[in-house]
Amino acid sequence: AAGSGPGENPEAAAAGTGGGGSGWRRPHGPLQRYYGPSAAEAAEAAPDPTDINGPHFDPEVFMTKVRNECPLGQLLAQEAALGREIRALDSDMQTLLYENYNKFISATDTIRKMKVDFRHMEAEMDDLAANMAAISASSARVSAALQDRHRRGAQLAGVQALLRKLQALLEVPGRLRRWAGTEPARALRCYGRARAVLRHYRHLPSFRAIEDESHAIMAELAQRLRTRLREEMLDPKELTECVEMLLQLEEPPEELSEEFLSQAGARLETELAALEAELPTSDPSGAATTPPPASDILDFVDRGSSAFVGTLCQLAGSYRTLFGEDTGRLEPFAAALATRYFALLERRLALERGLGDTSLLVRALDRFHRRLQALLELLPSGTTAAAELVARAARERVDRYLRALQTFFLGCLGDVRQALAAPRPPGKEGPGLPDLLATLAASVLGQLKAVLAYVQLFTARDVAFASLPYFKGEFCITAVREGLVVAFIRWLCHTARGFADGPAERGAPAAPPALLLLLARLCLDYESSTISYILTLTDEQFPPQDSGPPVTPGPALCAEARAAAQRLLDHYVQVQGAAVAQMLRKSVETRDWLGTVEPRNVRAVMKRVVEDITAIDVQVGQLFEEGVRRAQSSDSSRRAFSVYSSSRAPGRYAPSYTPSAPMDTHLLSNIQKLFSERIDIFSPVEFNKVSVLTGIIKISLKTLLECVRLRTLGRFGLQQVQVDGHYLQLYLWRFASDERVVQGLLDEVAASAAHRCLDPVPMEHSVVELICERG
Amino acid sequence: SDTKVMTCAAVWRMPKELESGSHESPDDSSSNTQTLELLCHLDNTAHGNMACVMWEPMGDGKKIISLADNNILLWDLQESSTKAVLSSSAALEGKGQLKFTSGRWSPHHNCTQIATANDTTVRGWDTRSMRQIYCIENAHGQLVRDLDFNPNKQYYLASCGDDCKVKFWDTRNVTEPVKTLEEHSHWVWNVRYNHSHDQLILTGSSDSRVILSNMVSISSEPFGHMVDDDELSDQEDQHQEEKIKEPLQDSVIATYEEHEDSVYAVEWSSADPWLFASLSYDGRLVINRVPRALKYHILL
Repeated sequence: AAGSGPGENPEAAAAGTGGGGSGWRRPHGPLQRYYGPSAAEAAEAAPDPTDINGPHFDPEVFMTKVRNECPLGQLLAQEAALGREIRALDSDMQTLLYENYNKFISATDTIRKMKVDFRHMEAEMDDLAANMAAISASSARVSAALQDRHRRGAQLAGVQALLRKLQALLEVPGRLRRWAGTEPARALRCYGRARAVLRHYRHLPSFRAIEDESHAIMAELAQRLRTRLREEMLDPKELTECVEMLLQLEEPPEELSEEFLSQAGARLETELAALEAELPTSDPSGAATTPPPASDILDFVDRGSSAFVGTLCQLAGSYRTLFGEDTGRLEPFAAALATRYFALLERRLALERGLGDTSLLVRALDRFHRRLQALLELLPSGTTAAAELVARAARERVDRYLRALQTFFLGCLGDVRQALAAPRPPGKEGPGLPDLLATLAASVLGQLKAVLAYVQLFTARDVAFASLPYFKGEFCITAVREGLVVAFIRWLCHTARGFADGPAERGAPAAPPALLLLLARLCLDYESSTISYILTLTDEQFPPQDSGPPVTPGPALCAEARAAAQRLLDHYVQVQGAAVAQMLRKSVETRDWLGTVEPRNVRAVMKRVVEDITAIDVQVGQLFEEGVRRAQSSDSSRRAFSVYSSSRAPGRYAPSYTPSAPMDTHLLSNIQKLFSERIDIFSPVEFNKVSVLTGIIKISLKTLLECVRLRTLGRFGLQQVQVDGHYLQLYLWRFASDERVVQGLLDEVAASAAHRCLDPVPMEHSVVELICERG
Repeated sequence: SDTKVMTCAAVWRMPKELESGSHESPDDSSSNTQTLELLCHLDNTAHGNMACVMWEPMGDGKKIISLADNNILLWDLQESSTKAVLSSSAALEGKGQLKFTSGRWSPHHNCTQIATANDTTVRGWDTRSMRQIYCIENAHGQLVRDLDFNPNKQYYLASCGDDCKVKFWDTRNVTEPVKTLEEHSHWVWNVRYNHSHDQLILTGSSDSRVILSNMVSISSEPFGHMVDDDELSDQEDQHQEEKIKEPLQDSVIATYEEHEDSVYAVEWSSADPWLFASLSYDGRLVINRVPRALKYHILL
């Protein structure tokens, strides 16, 4: 390739210059391809022997291809084209050759000149080589001379580093002193770094001095930290840091843990004290006089749990990280504090008198309970105490509701009493007894339901402590069902009974009879339906556990209510009976029965008695059913006797006062009594109007009988009694369950009056009837 | 003509034969009816109707107290009881027309106290000064009918009344009754302590019943009859101890229903402590005994 290079060069130069300017550039591409295609192009283009411009052109193959493929016309055209191209190329080559001839010449000259120059340069190069050798020799000499110094320099640098370290060590006490005051943590870090070294080299007196000094400083620091620990009030973070540092100073952990606890204790004490400050001073003289607490219970619990419980948890956590898991000392400490906290909370809860907002209380307790969980993890003994506290608070609240219910009931009763006692404008009826009863029953039941709804907050699903076993079981049964519902029903019955039992003694203001009647009906309603309804409601809202404590069965309560109703109704009968009886007694006792004139009228008091009994009938009829009247039996012995004694008026009383036959009426009366039932005057009545009225009439007439027996009557006195008795019989029989009872008692009145009469001449029966019909 | 009824009082002497514990047969006494000898009248024209007359419980029988309307009259019997002289009197003053209904002379305190009842109130009086010493307001809901002193316990008083109740009082503390019995179904007209065994209480009522009650707890022998230890063998001793340990219960011993009409009087026999009589409106006098079992229970 080197040999052919020069030969071809003129061609290429001629071709390059032939075109001149842009012309030279145009054929440059084909030429370049022809003379030396780049390796890249050769690699890219597949060797194509048919490409006439390609480097692998094979004329034989091309010819064969052309001959085989092309038709004649194209062959001829190609031949002509090839011929033209060859000619063009030849001319181009000639042009190039001409154009570049001068250049070839100058190139040859240049080469020749270069040959001469190179000869000159060779000599200079030799010179240079000699110089360089000399330079390297002297450099080696210099190097050898400097070696020693360099080594000493390096040594010196090492010494200097060491010295710097020593310097640092020497500075340790100073730094320690400087930082001990302000940044004990930094001092401690510094000391920690230096300590190992110092300890290692302590056999050297100077190091020992440093160490001793550091020790002294550190001891002082420890001392200061301790003083700080002992005297200052640190917040938990500072405290933890302080103790941590002291631990690093290798102070005895036993002692430290003690101090930590005492410091923590002091801290917690202040928090407790802050809480306590909110509570009024426990003053035994009168809890009622203390003002209501400034903040509500939720706020109190919030602050208590965030301040006290939070700090306690934090401190306990620190203690564990500092002193390991051994909590033998921590637990009693935390327990004691927690107990005090509970006590405080309890005192605060005790201040929640009145009803306030139960949801607030529940939320407060809930928060208390939740916040405490964290603490309880490290203080298992507190769990029961906390649960008990919550339970106690809940129970307390339930108790308070019971009292509120009682107060409410008493208030309702007061309203009823007022309504009963209120003077009514004439012609305008006040609220009827049934209305009053309905109002009373509805409001009491409504209140009870409302209370149950409030109490249910304690067992709401979103309240954490509701899942405690106590709230699931015992609370529902013991506190709510027994302590609230059953207790209230019992109390209600008891209170109602109290109206019957209490005031009879020692002249306390007696309840109005209408109230007794109302309460009797209320108790009866409770027995028949309300109690079972309330119990069902309660069991629904507070489902009882199977294994819970025994509950008071509904029937037992019903029996109590019924007994109360019975007692009240009996008392009502007694009170009303006594009122009528008193009237009758006064009328008999104050009258001069000997000096009275012949009766013309029924006495006013008898009319009054009938009026009163009619009024009682109306009153009882408002609340109680009619009841059953005994069927009339006109042919009974009793009736026969009564007919006999009242119809045979003229001869009726004669026998008893003829000495010859004193036994006749007695015999008759006694025989009649043998066949009649004994009348119990103050006996229990049934829950219906007729029975009640019968009881009242019995009491009234028996009183009349006894009073008449204590008097001495004249003839007209006897006749007056006769008239009154007949009048009573005319109007009272319809109220009684058994007409014969009225008849029998009135007969006895008449007979007794005759006994006590000085001149027993009875009035003609027709006249008696006439007077009664007229009056 | 005279239309005034006046209740009076007089002192009578019983026939000698009856007084000397008669040995006559019933036939004899019925055949020749003995008559009472009138000794003197207690002149009450200035004082109103006599409600009650009481002999001095101890002493020579020369003193009588009578209650007339609102007056307490203390009489001395002179000249072998043929003359009654009013020695002192006191009047109960107050609102309205006050009338004594009943009274009782206490056998204790040297017979210086009496108790009276008017309306619902029970009052105690000192007979020396004739002043009120205690007052039980509203002792009963209604009229107080009768009173009786416990013969063995000086401060204990029983009362009964129209509220069907029998109440027992300690006169030192009269705010509350010590005990209340509610067994009758109508007014209680009489209450009587047994003279020697004060746990036995007899009451008569206009419900025609007589009730005998055993009020052990407030009697003078609350633990039964005390027997000296020496008299008992060991076995008996044990038995006795058991008996003492068990406090005896107050109870109704018996209800007597022989009467057909109101019972207006009951009284213990002054000779036999186990015997009592009751009288009713139907003219029946019934004499009963304390049940034998109870008698032996009390005695042994």
